[in-house]
Amino acid sequence: MPLRKDIKKVLVIGSGPIVIGQAAEFDYAGAQACRALKEEGLEVVLVNSNPATIMTDKAMADKIYIEALNLTVLKRIIRQEKPDSILSTLGGQTGLTLSMQLAKEGFLEEQGVKLLGADPETIDMAEDRQIFKDTMESIGEPCIPSKVVNTVDDAVAFAETIGYPVIVRPAFTLGGSGGGIVQDEAELRDIAQNGLRLSPITQVLIEKCISGWKEIEFEVIRDSKGNCITVCSMENVDPVGVHTGDSIVVAPALTLTDREYQMLRSASINIISKLGVEGGCNCQLALHPDSFEYAVIEVNPRVSRSSALASKATGYPIAKVATKIAVGYSLDEILNAVTGKTYACFEPALDYVVVKFPKWPFDKFVYAKRTLGTQMMATGEIMSIATSFEQAMMKAVRSIELGLDTMNLSKFAAFSDEELEAQLHCCDDERIFAVYEALKRGFSYDKVFDITKIDRFFLAKFRHLAEMEKALADGALTEEVYIEAKKLGFLDKTIEQLSGQKIPEKHYASYKMVDTCAAEFAAKTPYFYSSFDEENEAKLFIEENASDKKKILVFGSGPIRIGQGIEFDYCSVHCVWALKEMGYEAIIANNNPETVSTDFDTSDRLYFDPLTPEDVTSIIETEKPWGVVVQFGGQTAIKLTKHLMSLGVNILGTSADSIDAAEDRERFDELLEKCGIPRPQGETVFTCEEALKAAGKLGYPVLLRPSYVLGGQNMIIAHSDKDVEEYMAIITAHELENPVLIDKYMMGTEVEVDAICDGEDFLIPGIMEHIERAGVHSGDSISVYPTYNLSSRIKQQIVDYTGRLAKELKVVGLVNIQYVVFNGKVYVIEVNPRSSRTIPYISKVTGIPMVDLATKIMLGERLRDLGYGTGLYPEGIYTAVKVPVFSFEKLHDVDTHLGPEMKSTGEVLGIAKSFEEALLKGLVAAGYQMKEKGGVYITVRDEDKQEVIPIAEKFEQLGFDLYASPGTALTLNQNMIATNAVRKLSEKSPNVMDLLESGRIDYVISTSAKGRIPARDSVRIRRKTVERSIACLTSLDTAKALVNCLAMDKTIEDVDLIDITKI
Amino acid sequence: MKTSEKAYLLLADGTVFEGKSFGVKGSTIGEVVFATGMTGYQETLTDASYYGQIVTQTFPLIGNYGANHEDFESKKSWVKGYIVREYCETPSNFRSEGDIDSFLKKQGIIGLYGIDTRRLTRIIRESGVMNGMITTEDVAQNRDALLEQIRSYNIEDAVQTVSVREEEYHKAENGRYEVALLDYGFKRNILRCLLDRGCNVRVLPALTAPERIRALNPDGIMLSNGPGDPADNKTIIENLRELTGYGIPTFGICLGHQLLALANGAKTEKLKYGHRGANQPVIDLRKDRTYVTSQNHGYAVVSDSIDEAVGAVSHKNANDATCEGVRYHNAPAFTVQFHPEACGGPKDTSYLFDEFLKLMDGGDAACR
Repeated sequence: MPLRKDIKKVLVIGSGPIVIGQAAEFDYAGAQACRALKEEGLEVVLVNSNPATIMTDKAMADKIYIEALNLTVLKRIIRQEKPDSILSTLGGQTGLTLSMQLAKEGFLEEQGVKLLGADPETIDMAEDRQIFKDTMESIGEPCIPSKVVNTVDDAVAFAETIGYPVIVRPAFTLGGSGGGIVQDEAELRDIAQNGLRLSPITQVLIEKCISGWKEIEFEVIRDSKGNCITVCSMENVDPVGVHTGDSIVVAPALTLTDREYQMLRSASINIISKLGVEGGCNCQLALHPDSFEYAVIEVNPRVSRSSALASKATGYPIAKVATKIAVGYSLDEILNAVTGKTYACFEPALDYVVVKFPKWPFDKFVYAKRTLGTQMMATGEIMSIATSFEQAMMKAVRSIELGLDTMNLSKFAAFSDEELEAQLHCCDDERIFAVYEALKRGFSYDKVFDITKIDRFFLAKFRHLAEMEKALADGALTEEVYIEAKKLGFLDKTIEQLSGQKIPEKHYASYKMVDTCAAEFAAKTPYFYSSFDEENEAKLFIEENASDKKKILVFGSGPIRIGQGIEFDYCSVHCVWALKEMGYEAIIANNNPETVSTDFDTSDRLYFDPLTPEDVTSIIETEKPWGVVVQFGGQTAIKLTKHLMSLGVNILGTSADSIDAAEDRERFDELLEKCGIPRPQGETVFTCEEALKAAGKLGYPVLLRPSYVLGGQNMIIAHSDKDVEEYMAIITAHELENPVLIDKYMMGTEVEVDAICDGEDFLIPGIMEHIERAGVHSGDSISVYPTYNLSSRIKQQIVDYTGRLAKELKVVGLVNIQYVVFNGKVYVIEVNPRSSRTIPYISKVTGIPMVDLATKIMLGERLRDLGYGTGLYPEGIYTAVKVPVFSFEKLHDVDTHLGPEMKSTGEVLGIAKSFEEALLKGLVAAGYQMKEKGGVYITVRDEDKQEVIPIAEKFEQLGFDLYASPGTALTLNQNMIATNAVRKLSEKSPNVMDLLESGRIDYVISTSAKGRIPARDSVRIRRKTVERSIACLTSLDTAKALVNCLAMDKTIEDVDLIDITKI
Repeated sequence: MKTSEKAYLLLADGTVFEGKSFGVKGSTIGEVVFATGMTGYQETLTDASYYGQIVTQTFPLIGNYGANHEDFESKKSWVKGYIVREYCETPSNFRSEGDIDSFLKKQGIIGLYGIDTRRLTRIIRESGVMNGMITTEDVAQNRDALLEQIRSYNIEDAVQTVSVREEEYHKAENGRYEVALLDYGFKRNILRCLLDRGCNVRVLPALTAPERIRALNPDGIMLSNGPGDPADNKTIIENLRELTGYGIPTFGICLGHQLLALANGAKTEKLKYGHRGANQPVIDLRKDRTYVTSQNHGYAVVSDSIDEAVGAVSHKNANDATCEGVRYHNAPAFTVQFHPEACGGPKDTSYLFDEFLKLMDGGDAACR
């Protein structure tokens, strides 16, 4: 069936801010969907609150609303835009749930809007636990013994009938939030209560625990004719028990016999056919390791994280095909874009192995509970492709940016065998490395399997790697051994290090193509991965498709992590687009399967490989690019600069020397002095003693951070010697390549500028002012464009400083500068001569295509010729407020107190004609409940007590009931603000915890001098607010902004919707 | 331990691949083909249709789950040689009885591992299937003589070699139908599919005379898969021509499909590099549905050569539009090029066995 005639205008719902469990993969899916719709000549209306996405780019849709994703807003957009259809399955769980709510309320029918991609019955069958179970039973597909319950007592009663351990799975929550495996009744009561609260329909599933079974996934696609295919099978290296998002996953499944494989494949097809899904669907199954017994775990009747992975693993564009199906096409009518000859109705054959490795935030959240379970905690992932599992695994470990180039985690080397065995029992992010160490020491497969249930097949592969390490260490480094090691994924530097010998003759990697068909057909898609074989298909491809265009290689930003998110993919993709438009051949190298940059048709050629110096060298050897671009790929790409320089590669834009001048403390100080720009005083230290001495000299509070980092990793404000000691102990646990910076901390207004410079002129699209004063990481601050509080003198000074710095640093391209305004004076905090996380949003609200301009400038064009002027660009009529979004409910024991270390995973934007309205939109989009009355609990450190008074007063005037800790209450009461003093956590019950449990508190204002350590009272209170979904404000500035917003007496309904394509 | 003994693949076009030896040592010549299935290597190794061929697996990791007796598709392995990128020495599966190296040794199969199988596949794709030799001898020494040997190799007497010598009778639980299975190299799962559906099956040698079949008076005839060039089977084609006249419901798979077409005046042609894998999309023209099928064939029926009065194409390949099935008008018969019995591969077209049952019940007018 061709395109449906009754579809002309489609509303696409995005997935909102990046949170754990819902990340960049939906930008990839959504962008592909928008393009597929536009290709059909359909009018596309897009709504997504996330401004960092590519899908919210002007080119992607006809109308774009960066607005809160809730029913109120969606209804208004539908009434205003009158789309005839709504595409529900490409915007993650958020988009799907909202679409279903609109459908069930009868709103869509009333407005004459068709629901594409899924119908409510299908979704209920898949998502409502009981209906799903009944449906599975009706077609003879086995489920795990389980029961849907709505109360804790029912949960306990059922658990007794099936026996512990059991798994608690809350219905309709993202990434399985609030669930977990419980061993006994006490744990069950605790987790079930939490899960019931988090579930929007107060429902949890109590399920027999089948931990240890193999976990297998199938990505299935079905069309309206009933044609049904499986795109890819995937096997979790970590068996059932670890969330698939936190598992190391291989594709295709590697340990299944054909009989087992076909049994599970048939089951997946039966399921999707019964559910009647038209589009993409993910089936998760558990298979007993020693029998044919299997069970259906769950089904996601939409495009998911796994489908992004499957798309990249196979080359099959699931989101695009699902979209085409949604608008009427059948699989046999959709061409396979990879071969250009065959149709989408086939199953990809792989001739390589794919490994997905999660990227966890534990390197940032050192106190977080790291145990992996049913609740996903990874912020991102990387994928590697290779012709052997060993090589794929080695590529994976060096792509996750933990500083590893083998599976050796140094700390385990010091463990005794007993300690190591104990470590194997601890299923956390590092277990895989403990497994490796154990196998290396000769633990038997059976022993490791019995503890971890990781299939012996994988264990044998790990041991193979360990054996190679030993062979390198013990024997002569012959050509044969060298090649063998290369085929297993060892880097040259590792080989030389392990063997202590020089490599006789170094080899470059060759490249193989990802073509969906195991070379059965000639493919056109230039999607490559490295291997160590004679034939280099990339080279052949380049020869066959030779053009006289200059080739430029763009480095991507690797896995999504806190501090380096989707924004950098936005920049990389825009750079590629600009290059293509300018007539260059654009090549991209990246390893993140969730992104648009690694879509096979984004660049002219894609290298899906790690971004280490050696990997990159081989790409350059094959491509011989005319130039390379590092400034859009975040720190991952910037880190390559020195190496690229040593290769003599033409680095476009700001020179490596300038990057160094901005990062190197001494050179930077010199530069500032030369420019006559002040900065907070500071020093460079390597040891704890030096740090203490420097802190004493500067006077507390001081700011500590390592140089060369992004996202404020390991950055703290120290108020005392003790803080400095704690910090230096953590930071020196790793090898210190670069020094630690220690600065005087100034508590002023933080201002941020992104500028485009051509070495002479500069253009500032806009100055952003942060609501939270300096000390809260810029990524966690609410950022406002244009500034709302700065005098024109200060702004002029910022423009002037920016110009001086850009010129002196000889910036060619983008630069991000952070300032602090303290006592009417402007200081520079940081200069980053590269793209930043604010580029996408500033580009969108000012209408200046920043990456596009920066790319043109890197290639020699002059700013003054590009039509946007120079200096500070005139402010527009709209105010845009960027509000950070956190994933604290997914991360146990992480202190939610904002500080210099970045904690947010994503962001939303509010755009309106006034600051207050924009802030309201932003806060609502970020998930804040704008309550008109209720309760506020306040507990602040002594320094904040005076300042909190007017905030409390405002809450009181609005009619909120005030509660506070004894100290804070005393201050407030002394200031005539009637406040209930609440017993501290350390005192007897009822105390503050009972108050928070009572449901009477809507907002908590909590600041403390100390934090981080989970056992501290203040941290426990803040964690409680996360559990109870109470908004917790840890900066008085945020609290003030919120209460002002509440006092405005407007709701989101009162603020105009804004189509950003009209800006 | 894996051997480090070198072995080579010498292709008819002179290309040499250096790898290592596994399975049995020595030299073997065969037609080099590639199979793209990611699972089911044991089914491939024991599929008689691969008789005379050196099979290359495009999936790089082979032997992961070892080998067992249950998954044999015939009594032994018929391949002339076996090529993989990497084989697994430490298989892991509850049914595994040993690793694939031991399996090949037991079966007397010469294997080669450690070569760039993707490069080999690309050569076959571009140049078409060609003969080749796996050898543990040094190929440089008398290369020209070897090449001549390789080029002159032909697969001969394929069907007679793999077919049963004596009739076999397999009784189904509650058997309701009597099916004569003409064995041209049948895969065990064809038998299992019939038995599971209540068919008592008499397996007949390939050259069984039509009179014998008429005497058996079966409810249906199953024409099996098998190896080689279909046109070589002159006697069988003659026999089938006569059988068609009996009006007995007939279902053909793969070689059986090709032979019945030849018996009905159609032609077959050799494909450049065949279809061998578990992901071939086939359109069932009557249903307007596309199914993912398991395939293993180097020849195909020429669609245009089918006399309209005799039959019509019922299935076609969605990739290259070659004939994948025929419905006959002159007899209650239908045949398919692919493998509805799967093993290895998807079971999505097993409904065809049910259609065969319907045909034996006298139903399915659409067939005529």
